[in-house]
Amino acid sequence: MAEESTQPDVAEDVSVASDHFGASAIQEEIVLEVDDLRTYFATRWGTVKAVDGVSFSLRKGETLGIVGESGSGKSVTSLSLMRLVQSPPGHIVGGRVVLNGRDILQLSEGEMTKVRGGEISMILQDPMSALNPVFDVEDQVGEAIAIHQQVKGKILVNKIVHALRQVRIPAPEMRMKDYPHQLSGGMRQRVVGAIGISSNPSVLIADEPTTSLDVTIQAAYLRLLREIQAESGLGIIFITHDFGIVAKMCDRVGVMYAGRLVETGDVRQIFNSPQHPYTQALISSVPKLEEKTERLYSIEGQPPALYDLPTGCSFAPRCPYVMDICREEFPPVFDQGGSQRAACWQLDGGKRLEEAVPEVAGAGTGV
Amino acid sequence: MVSAEKKVVTGLDHLNAPTEEIVLDIDDLKKYYPIGGGFSFLGQKQSLKAVDGISFNIRRGETFGLVGESGCGKTTTAKTVLGLEKSTAGTISFEGDDISAMNREGKKNFRSNVQAVFQDPWSSLNPRMRVRSIVGEPLEIATSMTKKAIADRVGDLLTEVGLNPYQANLYPHEFSGGQRQRIGIARSLSLNPELIILDEPVSALDVSIRAQIMNLLVDLQKEHNLSYLLIAHNLATVRYMCHRVGVMYLGKIVETGETDPLFDNAMHPYTKALISAALPSHPDIVREEIILPGEVPSPIDPPSGCTFNPRCPMKIGDICEQLPPKLALEEENHYASCHLYPNSLEAARAADGGVSEVSAEPAVAE
Repeated sequence: MAEESTQPDVAEDVSVASDHFGASAIQEEIVLEVDDLRTYFATRWGTVKAVDGVSFSLRKGETLGIVGESGSGKSVTSLSLMRLVQSPPGHIVGGRVVLNGRDILQLSEGEMTKVRGGEISMILQDPMSALNPVFDVEDQVGEAIAIHQQVKGKILVNKIVHALRQVRIPAPEMRMKDYPHQLSGGMRQRVVGAIGISSNPSVLIADEPTTSLDVTIQAAYLRLLREIQAESGLGIIFITHDFGIVAKMCDRVGVMYAGRLVETGDVRQIFNSPQHPYTQALISSVPKLEEKTERLYSIEGQPPALYDLPTGCSFAPRCPYVMDICREEFPPVFDQGGSQRAACWQLDGGKRLEEAVPEVAGAGTGV
Repeated sequence: MVSAEKKVVTGLDHLNAPTEEIVLDIDDLKKYYPIGGGFSFLGQKQSLKAVDGISFNIRRGETFGLVGESGCGKTTTAKTVLGLEKSTAGTISFEGDDISAMNREGKKNFRSNVQAVFQDPWSSLNPRMRVRSIVGEPLEIATSMTKKAIADRVGDLLTEVGLNPYQANLYPHEFSGGQRQRIGIARSLSLNPELIILDEPVSALDVSIRAQIMNLLVDLQKEHNLSYLLIAHNLATVRYMCHRVGVMYLGKIVETGETDPLFDNAMHPYTKALISAALPSHPDIVREEIILPGEVPSPIDPPSGCTFNPRCPMKIGDICEQLPPKLALEEENHYASCHLYPNSLEAARAADGGVSEVSAEPAVAE
């Protein structure tokens, strides 16, 4: 079926841990390490610190969720990883993004073009605007493959068919002649997925890929992503505002608020004992389907404007446990055991870390 | 694999206790859109059956939820109730009176009493109007209140939805999404309506704001004994806010009943599939996923018999392709429309007049 075999096919044998999809494909090898990433925007209201010192790492076959509300900086984080932040007004002013051992922030634009869509690629939220309406599926999937793998003719067609087959599009030889408007929403998002994985990336950034899909179509798409991950060892970064997606898909999670990761950790730790008041509030403000929920907790106020952040902790104005120190100084990151870290003065007295680097090796994710 | 511990929770403590009085009664409502246009041979004009014979009622103080995926007809139902679309057949009665038979005065009264809150708080408020005009406009049109009285009422309404009276002088762009939705709610409350149609009222909002708005709606319902028709695709939202729920598929209600029995003991295979596809609230909650083959068929040419039969994982056999099922009471406060259930099957056979002699012996062992 396929010529390329850069990634071993491990779909049948993966049995590391059980989760929603039966198996987890996490391996120890770190494919992406982000260290103190800072992306600022110069605006007429002042400097907007959209991403302000974000650090995390991603292992092969792992799914990391970055959760936050609109304006938390989660999408700018993903655009920074792809080096797609529009400049001006945006600038990546500091930090390192180490992909397979190379800091991609140091690459020239020409070198980055090869990496983007190759080693690291992205699936966007809206499949209708991610696809060009005047080109057929073959052209759009083929473009990505031709750029990154320098193939043409029959080999290219075979690779297109293979990519479409990987995302379970039925009769790919026929469907690749279709234009985006001839496909349903779910099928369109599969085409976007096929473009994303066509060059066997090590990291796939999925920025809310299922928010515009119906629930049953969403479920099928999430399952597909997990299957592809099990086959190829892809590391996935899920950008979302929905803790349901995190619960279903992610191995680890980082909660973002006002440009910073305020809590990170293993997904079960975060759900079972969230330490940061924002994480606690977010989890308890979502109604449950499984049981009758009594009155929901609701967080007062709005997320802050990023050009006018309060001194001290950004969450202080909405925090039910706010103390004097919270309004004066931004809290350091406290180790909460396992891989859990949280930045909150309530946790003072615990083990204090210098920076928010979730330690991956030996973290309690073996389950 | 750890399954969710099932908590026995009785009652709907955070919700209003509805009365028995029926505010809105919908009987066999149909909305067909003619398609193609031009000539039609033999008078057999094709039509898109957006809503195909649905019946439900809403009691005073109650929230009725309509759930389903895009294209199932839930928004068309809402538009028809609001009078924005004319129904093809069936009756909509408000407080006992058929709205199609109402005189001018009755219609005016109906329009004051039925209001709506829409999904997108960015497009549902006029950007050129100040908040005081947006919220006060219904009062100017439908009442004879003085300007001073309207200004006072607008201030009260804003306070009631958690805004400040001074914000009446601002424009919509000066507010966040959650605040705009509050403005939309204030507008819908201005004429003291009996029924508010909530069309996906929280799906465009941030997670931390959703709970604020849902709680506000629940509180306002208690305060004013309001009735809500909630249109939503998120099952957890529906479970939180609704007393009763109807699940729609291809223009029909396939299952309906009180919220708890419907979610805890879903009967129709489509409802089961929807619940299985919903996102869990904890990583340890693992639901067996029911993957439906194919996509929702076109409502122009729906499948014969049960419209869900081509995708149904529990299909019995020929009967599902030939005999359309009927909604029937299967357990207390819980109705389903599926041949798997005896009362529904019997009702379908009765409606068919015994013409169809298809056996309902299950050909598939579950």
